[in-house]
Amino acid sequence: MKTTTHHVARSSDRQPVAVAVKGLAKNFGIQPVLTDINLAVTPGEIFAIMGPSGSGKSVLLRQIAGLDLPTAGTVRVDGHDPADPDTRDRYALALVFQAGALFNSLTVYDNLALYPLEHRLCPKPEIRDRVMRALKVLSLEGALHKFPSELSGGMKKRVAVARALVMEPQLILFDEPTSELDPVMAATISEIIATLRQHISVTTVVVTHDRDLALTIADRVAILMKGRLVSVSTPAALRALPDPAVQDFLNPKIDLQNPRFKHLEISS
Amino acid sequence: MKSIVTETCDGIGSAIILAWRAFASLPTAPRIIKRVVEQAYLGSYTSLPIVGILSFFIGAVLALQAGITMADISMQEMIGTLVGESMTRELGPVMVAIILAGRVGSATTAELASMKVYQEVDALVTMNIPPERFLVLPRLLAVLLFMPFLVTVGIVIGWIGGAVVCHYVQIIDVSPEIYFRSLRQYLSTTDFTHGLIKSEIFGFVVVLTACNTGLRTRGGPREIGASVTRAVVISLILILVLDFFVTKLLA
Repeated sequence: MKTTTHHVARSSDRQPVAVAVKGLAKNFGIQPVLTDINLAVTPGEIFAIMGPSGSGKSVLLRQIAGLDLPTAGTVRVDGHDPADPDTRDRYALALVFQAGALFNSLTVYDNLALYPLEHRLCPKPEIRDRVMRALKVLSLEGALHKFPSELSGGMKKRVAVARALVMEPQLILFDEPTSELDPVMAATISEIIATLRQHISVTTVVVTHDRDLALTIADRVAILMKGRLVSVSTPAALRALPDPAVQDFLNPKIDLQNPRFKHLEISS
Repeated sequence: MKSIVTETCDGIGSAIILAWRAFASLPTAPRIIKRVVEQAYLGSYTSLPIVGILSFFIGAVLALQAGITMADISMQEMIGTLVGESMTRELGPVMVAIILAGRVGSATTAELASMKVYQEVDALVTMNIPPERFLVLPRLLAVLLFMPFLVTVGIVIGWIGGAVVCHYVQIIDVSPEIYFRSLRQYLSTTDFTHGLIKSEIFGFVVVLTACNTGLRTRGGPREIGASVTRAVVISLILILVLDFFVTKLLA
């Protein structure tokens, strides 16, 4: 895999942070979505969370981001509550949403410059440099003055990643970063996630369906099924895990003779 | 499903908290000046034509209805006072607030609700940019700035509408000089102040309701439409209910 070099600099006093999830449960009404989740992400680690659709991956990510309160249990980022604005301020937590969540009334430049501008992190010329560097990494220089409505789904995703890079976070959370992207751009995003920690020393949590992404770049992979963690292991250990449900998820077989599809026949 | 009482209490409570949080970030106001100006422009300048047209015809209809009756008892010289007082104390602020609810309030709710549904508000939260400061405060400050201006324009155009009708409708036949003399004779600065106080209260309530309803939206595109309808209906009810109590308080 080709390594992309980028230059998003950060101050030396900022270090990657640990994430600790203990006994986490989340219910929507009476419906349990997450049950007894225990995780420990070490500083600087790339931690992937995989699982079938509806298994609660994105809900777990929102809990780690402090966007939703848990029904039970705790989430701590470097020992602090991620829902606390002081924690967000201190560690610059970044979340790359699945659909981008770009501000539609702002141009791409303004979307990227918003965080440093609002927090008055540096002078405007420096903010511009940061933004331009992030755009260059994601090959988005041409989109500078465009509005999100003028971008394709894949471009929006890349702008969202660029926006997170500009924040120079100590913890970055990705929700399906390669969905809607073509294979080349998906590989570029994978490279960026993999090399990010070398450049800005960051802890990364990635929620994904993309087996190649998770098994290639992650230090450890958690498998979430029906709201429960069934495995947390290295990619190599995961491949050898003798759990049929996990192996079925990782290596799905296409069965063209599946008798279930007989129902698709149109009766004459 | 929540009862209507619980839902109402929830809504009032969250609106109060929203206003509190928005004004708690007032010290950061200098950095939102650009957005305040932008919101003030959107709310006032673009509403001017409709405020002008409606106010003109409200003044005209008022003068016509009152004029026909007053002509029967030869009191048409007092039409200026009637139109002036009604427009200044009551119809100007109420009509502009209703226009605000239909135009600015609905647009605000739709924008904030879609930002909520499409996770833009979540993105702000993760970036540690309080939505109350970024989205709500500029709108509240803007409406407090432009409402007196918009209502003053509405009131003056309403007076002119009344004057035009009095001059051109033969049954009434009151010259603009008599009309405006009568208007000036009984209209005081207190009347005008009361009108402006009402306009500030109504404007604030309409925009706060719009922001609160938008940010409380859950679900998908269908809920955005439902939120807009809810915000406009709540605003209209609040304008009329508050109108009674504010009038009573100022009387």
